[in-house]
Amino acid sequence: MIPIALTVNGVRHEAEVEPRTLLVDFLRDDLGLTGTKIGCDTSLCGACTIHLDGHAVKSCTVLAVQADGSELKTIEGLARGGELHPLQEAFWEHHALQCGFCTPGMIMAGVELLGTNGDRLTEAEIRRGLEGNICRCTGYQHIVEAVHAAAVR
Amino acid sequence: MTTQVEETQTTSVLGARMKRVEDPRMITGAAKYLDDLKLPGMAYVTVLRSPYAHARINGIDTSKAAAHPGVVGVYTGKDFEHLNPLPCAWQASGAENFVATPRALEIDRVTFTGAGVAAVVAETRAAAEDALALIEVDWEPLEVVVDPEQAVEEGAPRLHEAAERNIVMDWHCGDEATTGKALEEAEVVVEQRLVNQRLLPTPIEPRGAAAQHEPSTGEYTVWMTSQAPHVMRLLMTAFVFGISETKMRCISPAVGGGFGTKIFLYPEYVLVAALAEKTGRPVKWMETRSENYTATTHGRDHVTYLKVGARRDGTITALDAKTYANLGGILSTIAPGIPTTLYGRMLSGAYRIPNIHCQVLGVYTNTGMVDAYRGAGRPEATYVVERAVDLVARELDLDPVEVRRRNFIPPDAFPYDPVGILAGLEYDTGDYEKALTRALEMVGYEDFRKEQAAARAEGRYLGIGFSTYVEICGVAPSAWIGVGGQGWGAGLWESANVRVHLTGKVVVTTGSQSHGQGHETTVSQVVASELGVPVEDVTVELGDTLGTPFGYGTYGSRSAAVGTVAVYNALQRIKAKARRVAAHMLEVDVDDVEYEEGRAFVKGSPATAKTIQEIAGAAALGYDLPPGEEPFLDDTSYYDPPNCTFPFGTHVAIVEVEGETGEVKLERYVAVDDVGKVINPLIVDGQVQGGIVQGVAQALWEGAVYDENGQLLTSSLMEYAVPKAEFFPRIELDRTETPTDVNPLGVKGAGETGTIASTPAAVNAVMDALAPLGIRHVDMPLTPERVWRAMQEARG
Repeated sequence: MIPIALTVNGVRHEAEVEPRTLLVDFLRDDLGLTGTKIGCDTSLCGACTIHLDGHAVKSCTVLAVQADGSELKTIEGLARGGELHPLQEAFWEHHALQCGFCTPGMIMAGVELLGTNGDRLTEAEIRRGLEGNICRCTGYQHIVEAVHAAAVR
Repeated sequence: MTTQVEETQTTSVLGARMKRVEDPRMITGAAKYLDDLKLPGMAYVTVLRSPYAHARINGIDTSKAAAHPGVVGVYTGKDFEHLNPLPCAWQASGAENFVATPRALEIDRVTFTGAGVAAVVAETRAAAEDALALIEVDWEPLEVVVDPEQAVEEGAPRLHEAAERNIVMDWHCGDEATTGKALEEAEVVVEQRLVNQRLLPTPIEPRGAAAQHEPSTGEYTVWMTSQAPHVMRLLMTAFVFGISETKMRCISPAVGGGFGTKIFLYPEYVLVAALAEKTGRPVKWMETRSENYTATTHGRDHVTYLKVGARRDGTITALDAKTYANLGGILSTIAPGIPTTLYGRMLSGAYRIPNIHCQVLGVYTNTGMVDAYRGAGRPEATYVVERAVDLVARELDLDPVEVRRRNFIPPDAFPYDPVGILAGLEYDTGDYEKALTRALEMVGYEDFRKEQAAARAEGRYLGIGFSTYVEICGVAPSAWIGVGGQGWGAGLWESANVRVHLTGKVVVTTGSQSHGQGHETTVSQVVASELGVPVEDVTVELGDTLGTPFGYGTYGSRSAAVGTVAVYNALQRIKAKARRVAAHMLEVDVDDVEYEEGRAFVKGSPATAKTIQEIAGAAALGYDLPPGEEPFLDDTSYYDPPNCTFPFGTHVAIVEVEGETGEVKLERYVAVDDVGKVINPLIVDGQVQGGIVQGVAQALWEGAVYDENGQLLTSSLMEYAVPKAEFFPRIELDRTETPTDVNPLGVKGAGETGTIASTPAAVNAVMDALAPLGIRHVDMPLTPERVWRAMQEARG
């Protein structure tokens, strides 16, 4: 077991983990932050996307020990003081989710995308920017509209 | 960038473009799915799966695995011999079915890679996974057959003693003799072999189950990723465990997509319940994506020999389809019903075809189980019919739009009986020309043909494809679908209970089950509209056999056309009772009281009124009710539809094929759907868009591939091409509205239209693009390699 210390959604955690423990499993099983989902085991679906030191990463592709000393944000930490993040609002407004399973990862990937290019994002850039996240329900159109709406806002 | 369908302004909440009430918990990560469940003392289950497609199990040594640290126990099929095999709940009607179904764990033989043969229960998931590798199975590999046409040949390896030539059933519909004669007499006959390839449905949440067992009462609680928890309970208790239905509670938490795969009873659900009892621990099993691909059901997988007869003017006179439906190594819950009732009976499409015959051979092969996948039979039927129309148009050098128009069932022909193949049902309502006209207008058809001619002159391959589909949903009248009719082993009505509490707040419980469709929102809209209460005052509870009336669940686009109608019917009786209570309160005759917008008032004197809150309060307190009236506003409806519903529309795809590489680029996609009345246009748009993407994905990219040894080569998302956002242009949507007369809400259903319509539209577009090369047909998926090979061959 290896000791790690990290900050998740502003709360510091210290824990001991097996070296092979994936960050997503640590978040879900040890910290009980089950908003982050597991969908594919091969780093392709993006349901496990979180922010690690300010960047979107697939938490099934990071070992918990690699996140030692890092600052993490998960879907549970996105809303501030009961106020939804503009992208969460936009997902709701534009019906950008159906079953909701890809949604936490999709939103975390979208937030990163908004941060990089902001309001100049074209539809094509949004579609390309979400290539790491799979949604099987929506056909993506409402997701693209939601990201665009949040970008404009 | 908005793409929403313009709706006529309405003040009514029914038909409003309302955002969903269930979303706040999903956009914040608060929604609880199966794998988010953690019970005190919970142990974890993993399943050892067969690496062989066909093999005998000569023995299993679990001793090393059992000794592994953290392992609670290791089990094999012999530990569950007392449990019955899973039932096959929908056998093809009018044919003998040779049924073989899975057990919790297979005991002596497996017939596909991925079949479960042993299970580990351990303190952690990691320990359970580690121990799997320590189980030693003495396998005796057997000869394998994966191709359904080869499987029915003499001398092919036999998968099940019961099924000679591996045939599950040999099913017919329509008239073989008259169709054969009409084909002989036809001015032209077009023949084509069509492959509707196997698909991996891929909900982003894989399947899972958890269970606990209470020895003092013998009661099981089973959580599962299910579209139909009541049906699961019935099948598990009555058919597999042989215990009273009341000894099991089944719960579907939030379900992360299903697309049909989560309708069925699976071996692991039985296994997990049995393991909870055996170990005395709460247990949980969650499949990996690779397990989802090998052990969860697949969709489609038909090979069809099509013959179409027509007159030179394009009038279709006969259609004959002989279809091999690959049902996999063993039967899933409703496997035989899908390629029969939901496929063969829809082969008239949107057309007046005077002679139709269909033969379906259901076949066992050493591949994964095949069952309903979004659309379930209707995408396969629509593919055959819509390709048939295009092949006729090509043969006769006619415009595919004109051939469609020539054969359309006209609006005045409804209700329409497609020469008896629907076994007593009739298409309810339709105006196919209207949707086609609107789609042509949106796409700018005449201009496109000019643009295409110019592109062809430059050597570019531009194409347009149509699908003027009709489908069947709102399944189904129980007498029609049931054992005396189409062979479904139950009714298909749906239930709803509506209670108006003391405070005027409304609670609806229903047997239908959302896995993304937004039931809580649409049901709330129906309640708010009928009772005149705010949407916020309505709570919808579903997914738990404790506290909801028995119901059949959500699939077949039935929750609007059947489920919400049950809600509507209960509300009518609640309103009638509210009028009686209000009349008593107002001291007037009940015939003088009307109910509108949340108030019961005296006719002609709208100020003399009681609000629903006042009435509900009076009814709940019961201090002063009309003589003989029971307290409380509470009603339950079990709504059995008199007919199915038949949504329709026109989908148009425009593609350009890259001449050097064979790559297909989807340039535009236009869809005009008619799903009857719409409860929530925002939700319908989402359903249609998602469906279109899934359907186009079949046409262009997706396909499950087994090698000759029965190994699934597409066993993860690395090999299976689920589309991403950048694969698509903006989809252009509109709707026409032809209400159904089947139910009082006028709704037809919208969950599957996109998947049903879009596949042939995309394929027809590619074939149109390749027409200058003389290419008539290429089987799906139309990957660059396949298209390039076809182009190379055509160019010589």
